[in-house]
Order: sequence, then structure tokens, then C-alpha cells
Amino acid sequence: MSGNGRNADVIVIGGGIHGCSTAMHCALRGLSVILIEKDHAGRHASGVNAGGVRQLARHVAEIPLSNASMALWHNIAELVDDDCGFTSDGQVLVAEDEADLEGCRARVADLTLRGFHHEELIDAKELRAIVPAVSETCPGGVISRRDGAAIPLRATQAFKRKAESLGATIREGVRVTKVEKDGSNWRVVTDAGAFLAPRIVNAAGAWADRIAADLGEPVPLGVIAPMLMITAPLPAFIKPVVILRGRKLSFKQFDNGTVLIGGGHLGTPLRDENVTLLDWRKLAISAGTVWDLFPIMRGAPVVRAWAGIEARMPDDLPVFGKSAMHEGVYHQFGFSAHGFQLGPGAGAVMAEIIAAGRSNVPIDGLDIARFTKTH
Amino acid sequence: MTPIASIEQLDESYDLLVVGAGPAGLSAAARAAELGLSILLADENPAPGGQIYRAVTTTPVKNRAILGEDYWRGADIVARFERSKAVYAPRCTVWSIGPDETAPGAFELGLSLDGKARIIGAKQVILATGAQERPFPIPGWTLPGVMTAGAAQIALKSAGAIPSGRTVIAGCGPLLYLLAGQLAAAGCQIAAVLDTTPSANRSKALGAIPDFLRSPYLAKGLKLMLTARRKLRFVSGVTSLTATGEGKLASVQFEQNGRTGTLACDTLLLHQGVIPSVNFSNAAGCAHDFDTEQHAWVPRVDAWFGSTVPGIAIAGDGAGIGGAESAALRGEIAAFGAASRLGKLNEAERDRQATPVRAELDKKLRGRRFLDLLYKPAPQFLAPPRDETIVCRCEEVTAGQIRDAAKRLGVTGPNQMKAFLRCGMGPCQGRLCGPTVVELIAETRGTTPAETGYYRLRPPIKPVTLAELAALPQTEASVKAVIR
Amino acid sequence: MFRPIADLAASGALSFTFDGRPMTARAGDTVAAALLVNGITACRETPVSDTPRAPYCLMGVCFDCLVVIDGIGNRQGCLVPLAEGMRIETQHGRRHLTEASE
Repeated sequence: MSGNGRNADVIVIGGGIHGCSTAMHCALRGLSVILIEKDHAGRHASGVNAGGVRQLARHVAEIPLSNASMALWHNIAELVDDDCGFTSDGQVLVAEDEADLEGCRARVADLTLRGFHHEELIDAKELRAIVPAVSETCPGGVISRRDGAAIPLRATQAFKRKAESLGATIREGVRVTKVEKDGSNWRVVTDAGAFLAPRIVNAAGAWADRIAADLGEPVPLGVIAPMLMITAPLPAFIKPVVILRGRKLSFKQFDNGTVLIGGGHLGTPLRDENVTLLDWRKLAISAGTVWDLFPIMRGAPVVRAWAGIEARMPDDLPVFGKSAMHEGVYHQFGFSAHGFQLGPGAGAVMAEIIAAGRSNVPIDGLDIARFTKTH
Repeated sequence: MTPIASIEQLDESYDLLVVGAGPAGLSAAARAAELGLSILLADENPAPGGQIYRAVTTTPVKNRAILGEDYWRGADIVARFERSKAVYAPRCTVWSIGPDETAPGAFELGLSLDGKARIIGAKQVILATGAQERPFPIPGWTLPGVMTAGAAQIALKSAGAIPSGRTVIAGCGPLLYLLAGQLAAAGCQIAAVLDTTPSANRSKALGAIPDFLRSPYLAKGLKLMLTARRKLRFVSGVTSLTATGEGKLASVQFEQNGRTGTLACDTLLLHQGVIPSVNFSNAAGCAHDFDTEQHAWVPRVDAWFGSTVPGIAIAGDGAGIGGAESAALRGEIAAFGAASRLGKLNEAERDRQATPVRAELDKKLRGRRFLDLLYKPAPQFLAPPRDETIVCRCEEVTAGQIRDAAKRLGVTGPNQMKAFLRCGMGPCQGRLCGPTVVELIAETRGTTPAETGYYRLRPPIKPVTLAELAALPQTEASVKAVIR
Repeated sequence: MFRPIADLAASGALSFTFDGRPMTARAGDTVAAALLVNGITACRETPVSDTPRAPYCLMGVCFDCLVVIDGIGNRQGCLVPLAEGMRIETQHGRRHLTEASE
């Protein structure tokens, strides 16, 4: 479909879940696609995140995109021929005290007014029924029942493989060095030669600011390395994913008994070296939070810890949609450590925008113009 | 030497932290202490010696002939360390290493002892974490009753215990013959030694013979081999091994020249050489290369055994297999390097003092290549041909699953394989499956182990409990950094 | 599975239990060695398939000697010196992991 493999209808830069999803959805629509990834698909944030498929506690600007994505997650095997390890046991936000719970009430009320009903308030009794191991002092929380978790690298590579089977060209281990205009096309220069297409998608994750800057649209992208750790198998004690309202913690027990502990404590990213450094004193704070909330976990051995390299925008919202400057340029990055769930849907919406010029899914507030336009 | 019994006794930081109390670590610590550095030597085991000199000061084995004179030489290395001013933390696990952000060039290491953890600073680090036995994946190798040859040797040295029933020893390499001799001398009932050394290796090793003829290995190796052959039933040219039994080992099947044999046995001891233990150096971010002669990943080191991470040196078999005597010398050289980097020894003095040690090291390493080539494992014992063979013992992932993922899902490297099959994600953190997973991917995709790469490892280098982590003393700076 | 050789240096005996059964071993032995000389075939079941396992490497690498020691699980028996009165138990596998959810 992509002729000599150098020209296509669309070039996607970045092989994370967003790039792979967009490539796949473009291919589904019959567009020829070349995806260029400097390492391998899912090497960074998309492959090593906590795998949370979460609508719970999202910013309202992301909810329509998140809704579109959730519908795809629940049929993921039909979409990409792989179940991606997706399970749906809900996600629960635990209020540790009355002040937390009051915040939960206000949030659910606000969502209801806006017409969103996926988050429900639960009291202490229901919380205990869903999460029996949680500390008795917690007065309640919020549940999003259709939420769940998937295996990040497997999901990302499933989108890649599906895109490939639909005719997309996937070029892994190829680094983009420059993006420039060439007549009616965009020329994407790489360490493996140049590629040409009338439309390009910048889905380069923690490296997307460099592509944006090349295009004359610099963005204030921060590079972060959220840390995670996982334990040896423990007796089953919790089904849903648990997050806290006050302290930084997310918590998930897999079917094999291992428990994933995350929540956003940050290590040090060295993005030019593809490396992250862990900060054990901060991981110790996560360990302390777990110690407080789940006494059953105290003797659990932590067998691995890691961090991915992610992009974070100052407002914690992604940059999603058309370029504010150029025809044929689209941005899809800056998901600020909560982009995994959005991947399937965002790819579908992006492909729709590329192919049809617009989408019915509202993406107001995610435009790159919020950083590049001076009003 | 000052032994410490609880982690609270440790200082906040040391000039040099040495990990591992084998010949390399003991010699590095002793030499560095003699040069005036403050040293902490941390080791997992209850007594010094590492694996080859395991329990040399505490062994209950009285008859010196059983373990052989080479073993007892370790006592001198321990004695020198005991005379030094180093601090010694036995039963202490080092589970993390990273840069100290408050002191450029220095490190912070996570240590645990008796269920309590601390973060300790060090200006220089020498990893002397040695070697491990190369994984030997055959059908049934997870059955109780199947152990490594090294395990039997450790039981003999540290507990004076030997397998009580019929024992079969299988594999290749000098340590295999040494063990056979030691176990026989100790009264173990050895049913057979099944030698898997590929006959084709002999011609490949020919070129390395001139060096070998002048090497210290020659006399020793011949003696080991002859003793073992004279006393024991020796089956050479074994090309296939299978351990069987219900819930525990009952017998081992083998093939030799296309014929099959079965031996009833209670214990099967496997060994096909040793490889550098790379989990620590890998997690520390040191670069590794695939050494085709040793057929193993080896950290890249300079003339002072400095790794590609400034301030971290790797001494002993952890930087490439050279054996116990060369390990001690490599520890010395690494210590000179560390002392010089800390300004305790000028470069001229460093070079002068290291010269005789280097000369000795050259002698000790002579002939090593011959052994590497002669005892390189056969391909079928590196990449198990039978699909049902378990490769990852922790997660029970089979060779067939790995080949299938490499073929059908296009998995190109071991790190991606983890996400699909969970191999390498159990408590052993890939130590027992990493080399085999790489081998299988390379074989399936028609690439080399070097092109396939290895697991990207991270601290904790050994599991650490949540309780230990939760109780880590916090500094004010780190608490602020989180609240911000 | 293992037995002491004939001529061993004298050493005190330590008492301990394995899954409630009283046993003794030499002072100085590790937990894993003590189990081996007491004829214990398997010390754990795997969390994946509930299969029995026994110490494999005795040098801290394989994690097949995991046991519960004095109520604390997942301890490497080959690295822990035996102590008087230790309560050692089988590290149970999958059944144990899923049963607790009931």
C-alpha cells in the first residue's frame, strides 16, 4: 500500500499505544501509513505503565475521548485480535477521611450535572464489601465499574501487529531527525533516509516537543518518570484497582497474585540515554502508604521496580488535534501519565479527523493552540 | 576487620563499598583498606569465602583431602582480610545502587540485614558478585532431587553433607570433574558421570593448546579428570538428558551415539560451566558485551576493571570467568584503581604496585581460552529443543512458548518477551532463564545472542520487603521533594 | 536426600520444626541445608502450578528454596542460618493464593 515504503498518505511518528492505534485506525480507513519508532513499539511509557484502564477521576475535558476509548477496550479482542490482557473489575478511589469523602461527593455531583454517570459514590459499607482488605478508617469513595487494567506492552504491540496486518509499514529502530515542508508533502528525515506524506501525526510521547519545535510550534513539555513496583505473588485479597484521593497511590492485584504499586512518585528521566533512575526514598513513601492501608501487604517482597519516560504538560492534559499552524500536521502527545486508557479511542478519533476533517467526539480544550497562541 | 551484626552499626557512608566476599571482594577490600580507604564489604552469606572458598573458615569438614588443597588456599585470603581495617557485613543483601544526587560521582546503595534496610553512601563501588552456574534447561530440571553441581559442593563445604542416595552427575566443565572427585572422596554413591562435552569442541580448542600447555590448569585439570575417570563410571558424548519422576526425581534418561540409557537415581547434579553474574552490574547501568568464546554476557571493563559507569568497578568472575586465583588478583587491581580515583594513590605509584599483580594475573589466565573452547556447551543444552522444557523456573514458561512468541508475535528481544510470557518476572529476576530466553529468541529469529540483547534489569537487585522499604529512614530533603 | 559425611567437626545440635514436625540439625547449617539433611523432599509449591520444588542452587540465585520462617514468607532458605526453635513451613502455591479470596 505504501508504494516504495517511503511515501504514504500518513506518517505517524512514535510507536507508543497512541501512534500504533492511530496507525491502525488510519489503515482501517484505507489510508496508507508509515509508522516510525526510534526504539521498538511500546519501549517507553506505553509499554511500562501501570496498565490502568481508568475513567475514574479524569479531567472533564478528557471524558468524551475516554468514553470513546472505553467502548473499544470492552471489545478489544475483536478490534486487534488479542485480548491485551484486559480485565474489568472496576477502579475504586478510596477516601481516607471525611474531608476526602466530601471532595468525592462534590466531584460526582459535578459530573452528574455535566451528564456523566460513570462515577458512583460508595459508602464505607460498600467500600469494605468491594475492598475488604482496606483499612477500617476509610469512610467511602468513588467507583467506576467499567474500569479495569490491561498489559501495556502486549496491548501496544497488538495495535502495532494489527496495523501491520492491515498494510501499514512499521519502521522500528528508526529515529526522526527533522521534519520539513516539501511542496504539498511533509518530509520526515530519519537516520534511515527520508519519508514523504501529505499528513503527519506527532505521537512521539516524551520526545514530541522536539518534533513540535521543528514545526515551529514549541510546547512546554515536561519529561517525567513515574515509578512503579511489583511484589511476589500474595494471597488474593483485592479485585478492583484502588487509587487514593489524598496521597499518591495506585494499587492493583493481578490474577497471579502479584501486586502492582504505583501512584506517581517520580524518578529521574534521562531521555537522551533512554534511561530512568529510581528514587528509593520516594518508593519507600509508597511502601509506607501501602503499609498504612493494607496490613496484609507488610511482608510482601518487592521483586521489581521501574519507571517509564513520559511527557507531562503543565495542565496535565494532552495535546490532541490539528496543528495550529500547518495543514496536514496533527498532534497526539502529552498524555501526562494517564494516556494508556485513551489510546484505542484517541487513535480512532484521530483517524477520523485525518480522514474526514472532523470528529463528533468533542476534544475542546486539548488543542495545541492553548500553548502556542498568544492572546 | 570489624564484623557488624546489625544494620544500625553501619556508618552513613564509606570511601568504598565492596559487594561480595569471594576471593575478588576479600582481596579488593583488604588491599583498599591497606591503602587507607574506609571500606564496607557486604555479603549475603553467613561467612566469608564466596562460592569457591565457601565456608573456608567455618566448614565442618575435617579431612582436608576431601576438598583438596586448592580450597584451603582460600583461608589465606580470608586471613588477610580479617587483619585489615575493613568493616564486614555478613548476611547483608545489597539491593539497589544509584547516583547520590547530593554528592556528584558518589553512590547510594540500599542494604538489608535481618529484615531492616538502610541507604548507605559510597564514593566508589567494587562489585565482586562473581559467577553463577550457567542455566542447564533439560526436561525435568525443576524436579526435587535435581540440583546444580555447585549446590552439592556448597552443601559439602558448608554443612559437610552429601547426597544420600544414588547420584548422577551430568554436564561438562572443569568444576564438574572437581565435584565428582570431591563427592567420591567424601563417600557419595556416584552411579555415573554423564559427560556432555561436544566432541567437535576438541578441534576448535586445538589452537589454544600452546597457551594451555604453559598454564596452571594443565596439571590440575589432568589430575581431576584422571581421578574422576579412574574411580567412576564415565559416559562421554552424551547428547540428550531428561530427568523424570512423580513429584521428585526417579531417573535420568540420556542419549549417547543415538543409543538411549536410563539410570535410576535420587539426585541429579547438573553443570555446564559458570557465567558472570550480571544482575547487579546490569541494574547499575554498566554496559555489557556478549563474549562469544565464553558464550556469556560480560560487563565491559577497563584495565582497572572499571565499568562504563565511572566509580563502579567489577572484579573477579563477575567481569568474565577466570577462576578463583585470578579473581583475587583482579580484586587487588580493582582496589588500586579505586584508591587512585580517590586520590589515595598517585597514578605512578598505582601502576608500580600493580605491575607484579598483573604479571601474576597473566600467568593465571593463561590457558583459560582452551577451557572456554573445549567446554563450550552443546547448542541443544543452551536452547532446549523439546518444547515442553521449562525455561523460566519461576513463572514456568516453556521453550515452546518462547519459540512461539518469537515466531508468531514477532517478539524480537527478551524484554518484550517478559510482557508476553512473564519469563524473567519471578523472584529470581531472570537469573535462571535470561541466557536461555536470549538463546531461543536468537535461534528462532536467525540472529545472534549479541543482536538479541539481554534483560534490562533494575533494582531491587534482590527482592526487598515492603516492610523494609516502608521503614527506610527518610531524609528531610527527600520528603520535601515528594510533597512539592 | 542428603546425609552428613563420616568425619565432621563437633557442633551443637539445634531443634526446629518443619510444618510442625520436630527436627534437629547442626548449628552452622543454613535452613535449606537443615531441610536437606532431614530428608525433606520439597520445601515449596510454585505459585503458577502448585508443583513441588526443592533447593536447586544453594547460592541465593534460584529462589527455589523459598520457605516461611517464623511466620514470614518468601525467605531464601539457603541464605538464612538455622536458629534454635525456628518454625519453618512449606511456602504454599497457587491454591493458597486463590483460597484466601473466599
